[in-house]
Amino acid sequence: MDEKLVRQLEITATKIRMGVIEGTHSAKAGHPGGSLSIADLLAYLYMHRLNVDPADPQMPTRDRLVLSKGHSAPGLYAALAQRGFFPEEELKTLRHIGARLQGHPVRGKIPGVDMSTGSLGQGISAACGMALSGKISCDTYKVYAILGDGELEEGEVWEAAMFAAHYQLDNLVAIVDNNGLQIDGKIGDVMSPYPIDEKFEAFGWNVISINAHDFNEMEKAFNEAETVMQKPTMIVMRSTKGKGVDYMENSIGWHGKAPNDEEYERAMKQLKEHLAELEA
Amino acid sequence: MENKATRDAYGDGLVALAEKRDDLIVLEADLAAATKTGVFRKAYPEKHFNCGIAEANMMGVAAGIATTGKLVFASSFAMFAAGRAFEIVRNSIGYPHLNVKIGATHAGISVGEDGATHQCNEDIALMRTIPGMTIINPSDYVEAKAAVLAMAEYEGPTYLRFGRLAVPIFNDENTYKFEVGKGITMKDGKDVTIIASGLMVAEAVEAGRALAEQGVDARIINIHTIKPIDRDIIIKAARETGKIITVEEHSVIGGLGSAVGDVVLEECPVPVIKIGMNDVFGESGPAKELLKKYGLCAENIVAVTKAALGK
Repeated sequence: MDEKLVRQLEITATKIRMGVIEGTHSAKAGHPGGSLSIADLLAYLYMHRLNVDPADPQMPTRDRLVLSKGHSAPGLYAALAQRGFFPEEELKTLRHIGARLQGHPVRGKIPGVDMSTGSLGQGISAACGMALSGKISCDTYKVYAILGDGELEEGEVWEAAMFAAHYQLDNLVAIVDNNGLQIDGKIGDVMSPYPIDEKFEAFGWNVISINAHDFNEMEKAFNEAETVMQKPTMIVMRSTKGKGVDYMENSIGWHGKAPNDEEYERAMKQLKEHLAELEA
Repeated sequence: MENKATRDAYGDGLVALAEKRDDLIVLEADLAAATKTGVFRKAYPEKHFNCGIAEANMMGVAAGIATTGKLVFASSFAMFAAGRAFEIVRNSIGYPHLNVKIGATHAGISVGEDGATHQCNEDIALMRTIPGMTIINPSDYVEAKAAVLAMAEYEGPTYLRFGRLAVPIFNDENTYKFEVGKGITMKDGKDVTIIASGLMVAEAVEAGRALAEQGVDARIINIHTIKPIDRDIIIKAARETGKIITVEEHSVIGGLGSAVGDVVLEECPVPVIKIGMNDVFGESGPAKELLKKYGLCAENIVAVTKAALGK
């Protein structure tokens, strides 16, 4: 991957992280941890991979992205704002009464959101439906679904996993954000979904394991997914929850908690400094 | 009168609907022979997709297909469509208001021998609580087929309820017109109104005839659309007859009787007496005997109506 492009993606990812902090601070609620762990992925998808057009959000040939781990809405919204779907300023309305930016994404409310999600396990099924529909009418769009690792504890995920392999949905790429933490603790302690890669392989998926914060690995994995026929692809992405804000990194407490004023200043200072370094 | 199950109309209706809507997709959860989507699969194998015994995922897949604009039906028994998959129907179909049609067969205790695990008496109550969900509970083969065909032009999440048991076809295929949300007066009357839905309409009509012979002039109304309900026909009946009996093959909690009661309470409070499953589970047995045992028959409608009138 071109170094300049990597730098550009790093800049966008940092801006997405700032949007996450901005939104959750303003809302005094929300899920920063899991939003920060997928910020790099969202930057990569929205700025480099997805065929979407903010001027025509309903473009029939658009790629679909379903945020199955819907609680990472602050990350998705920040990415959509970066891509130009709505003004960045709107991120401050997150979770406010009457706002389009609901606590979890809603189809039809915000341009760029194709599916309402938030109840875990459901987004991957909807993504399967979108992919099957594309197959039926020979459309060329791709469907991407982002799942949490804790979300894999939902039975519906495995129903969907069977379905996607059975109908050979090679136009579907799912990504697991394997940050290792869920509300009640480490996923291995609460209810282990491991080994994630082997389970999906056994279900008939093409599985690729990558580092969630390495754009070159990401590029390689998504390129490989394009070449795999008759199988859906699962990218298991080892990530750091809270990535980019030191006191949130790998901290269970930052799953669903907003930064207070002081924490907000601290996080924004770090991110702004990082941004300045990247832009220098 | 010929007997045929409303689930047969579901299969036949889907085949007829495919001629109107080229984009029709039918999803099934391993019950094609029972739900009658097997009839559709035979005619259009490329439009029929089995999701296996996984109703939650099927509802989500249906939602995903609907986001792409195609007309999609998701089929299973009422117990699994409305019961097991409830939260997916609510969050993935209802909340985004997607154009998914849920074809739920084997509703009520007329499922018969399979017993209480498969006799869904709660589906209407569950579906009524989902904002924007339309609920259609057809009374016979003709009405059921017309309801399925009407879905060609009816947008929004819709729950269609069908029965397993073969029941009399009393509507005339040549003249019957189905309109979502419009109740049908089967017989006019001034002493009392009997409002029925689904398989209970035929029983109510029969009860109306028996009551007439005994000097009671009962109005009989068929409410095939439980949501949105025909408020006008209910209010008019309350005003003109002063007493309402509701009959449904469903729990008395949250179903037709409750829906009618809600309207009457707001607009014209009169007694509403509910005939249905009285907060109990069903059991195994031949369907017709079960319907009799639980009072879902013309004889009991007559008895309850007469008691309500003090006769």
